[in-house]
Amino acid sequence: MAALVATLLALPLVGAQTYDIGGGALGIRTHFDWVAMAAAAVFAGRLALHLQQRLRRGREMVDETVFARLAVWGNRRALPLTLTGIAFAVALPFLPFSSRYLIDLGTTVLIYIMLGWGLNVVVGLAGLLDLGYVAFYAVGAYTFALLARHLGLTFWQALPFSGVVAASFGVILGFPVLRLRGDYLAIVTLGFGEIIRIILLNWSPVTGGPNGISDIPRPSFFGLPFAHSAPEGVTTFHQFFGLEFSATQRVTYIYFVILALALVTNLFTLRLRKLPIGRAWEALREDEVACRALGINPTNVKLSAFGIGAMLGGIAGCFFATRQGFISPESFTFIESATILAIVVLGGMGSQMGVVLAALLLVTLPEFGRAFAEFRMLIFGAAMVAIMVWRPRGLLAHREPSLRLVPKSTRVLWP
Amino acid sequence: MAYFLQQLINGLTLGSIYGLIAIGYTMVYGIIGMINFAHGEIYMIGAFISIITFLVLGLIGVSYVPLALTLVLLTTMFFTAIYGWTVERVAYRPLRGSFRLAPLISAIGTSIFLQNYVQILQGAREKPMLPLVQGGFTVFESGGFVVRLSYLQLLIMLVTLALMAGFSTLIATTPLGRAQRACEQDMQMAALLGVDVDRVISMTFVMGAALAAVAGLMVTLYYGVVDFFIGFLAGVKAFTAAVLGGIGSLPGAMLGGILIGLIEAFWSGYFSVEYKDVSVFVVLILVLVFRPTGLLGRPELEKV
Repeated sequence: MAALVATLLALPLVGAQTYDIGGGALGIRTHFDWVAMAAAAVFAGRLALHLQQRLRRGREMVDETVFARLAVWGNRRALPLTLTGIAFAVALPFLPFSSRYLIDLGTTVLIYIMLGWGLNVVVGLAGLLDLGYVAFYAVGAYTFALLARHLGLTFWQALPFSGVVAASFGVILGFPVLRLRGDYLAIVTLGFGEIIRIILLNWSPVTGGPNGISDIPRPSFFGLPFAHSAPEGVTTFHQFFGLEFSATQRVTYIYFVILALALVTNLFTLRLRKLPIGRAWEALREDEVACRALGINPTNVKLSAFGIGAMLGGIAGCFFATRQGFISPESFTFIESATILAIVVLGGMGSQMGVVLAALLLVTLPEFGRAFAEFRMLIFGAAMVAIMVWRPRGLLAHREPSLRLVPKSTRVLWP
Repeated sequence: MAYFLQQLINGLTLGSIYGLIAIGYTMVYGIIGMINFAHGEIYMIGAFISIITFLVLGLIGVSYVPLALTLVLLTTMFFTAIYGWTVERVAYRPLRGSFRLAPLISAIGTSIFLQNYVQILQGAREKPMLPLVQGGFTVFESGGFVVRLSYLQLLIMLVTLALMAGFSTLIATTPLGRAQRACEQDMQMAALLGVDVDRVISMTFVMGAALAAVAGLMVTLYYGVVDFFIGFLAGVKAFTAAVLGGIGSLPGAMLGGILIGLIEAFWSGYFSVEYKDVSVFVVLILVLVFRPTGLLGRPELEKV
């Protein structure tokens, strides 16, 4: 009965909500059938939800969802799981079913994984909400593009510069704003991201404005370029190894570069977590006042997290530039920041595995959904809300303390 | 001088619109302490509903302009308010009491959802709107430069003033306003004393959405075009306005809105149009760094 009353209450409001669907541009096309359908769908959905809750109430409430169990299981078998994952990632290009498309997709996923791990340092470990992460990504990409164009640096030479420049941007931004509390910080970083984008868009003499920068050099394998025919005196990769030329070689190579970068990032952050600075980040996330009392300087600690996150973003940006061969401000919009943040948060903040899972999910799902491409972002937004409502701590959010006073096995429960 | 005056008028008009949106941010932040990221989208939906209502009224044959305006105002406020209510119910209420970042992420998701929802249903192209209120009067003329205040600009400022006055009274005198102020001070205590906190929060979202709807209607009239992307930038600017004025304070939001409008108008008038959005963001950063409580805000105590 309660279900019915609630449904009746929800019906006029939720049903009427879709009323404005009716309009077209300047003429009006009415779609009252859509309204009716939407209302019916909401009615049915509400009913189903109520019935489900009814059924649930009968049984005892168990919070053991699939993902919670997965998280615990993943935590217990972290090492074998990681090794399998890495082995699979390494073997991917050589598997019989792999194709150029698949490797390309894998590269994209890995870029997002790397960005996710980079942002994880800022959001997951230090607990600072950064909505403008894409700014550092853009700074890294443009640094490489400009260095390559004006100084003729190659990808590997420019990589550290991209990281350093992005990190210094992070520190410059971080210095004044890190005193702010969570949500204010989020808005300021969002503003910063937009500022960078607007500057890239309008500072045409340097950045090429909306046209961006093209002809960014591709990475070479220890000086061996991937090209069909090389200029005089340069051996190409396929000549050197006596292989048949194919475009897949370059794609595969790029895939391995990002795989290596991502793995280095992961190791780097894993080690950082064990250092005093990493512990300070996590402590700061949990309780800032207590940290201050213990003599940790919050600004410096936050600044280091911000700088390192920015550096990783810059390196990913550098790779992005060389992979695309072309960059423009279009690639660095707010939606990109939101996607990376979504990856971190959906995966469970601070969880490295979660980032991988979420990146796989968020990048490959739209690929499968090409058929209904226009609904892609719609579903993306809805999924963000749904996952937050359903599992606010993220998909794999089983958080183990990284340090225990008493080893797990010998722990005694208080009487 | 004449140019200055013209920019002043433009800035005040723009500022009124930002102020109306900013009130939505400030009220929600004051009560539940979260940034309602989807508020800009609510404003965009308001603009779309207003344009659709105009079209529907045109079909029915309502051609007397003041009547049409009033009808559109009421319809838009009504439907947009329902959107505000639904967003709160679906995306925020289940997360109450969750950790700090959850509602923010959910809000970003909602914002993406609403943007694409409107894009799919109404198309991505800009929607043009014939000017409804035309004419104006010349304030004065000097050196061949005419300073004009159009009836529309006057209307926008007057409606904003009226709404501000109305809402201030609502908050200051009605039981609902008292409940809202109570929730702002201490939500748990208010709940203990018999205030239905969920209802108050819902009403706050409804009120904020209604004001954003008015802003959407005005933008439709003022610029004559609407597209699905206007919500994001307007949202950020209105939030800046709310922060500038001191978040949680109603007159502060209005003041902040007007200041942001003026800054934007003068910046585009005297410096460069391309960087006008940068100017707003820079103001936001400066305010947050040097005076985080805003112009009229109370200092916030951090509790352990």
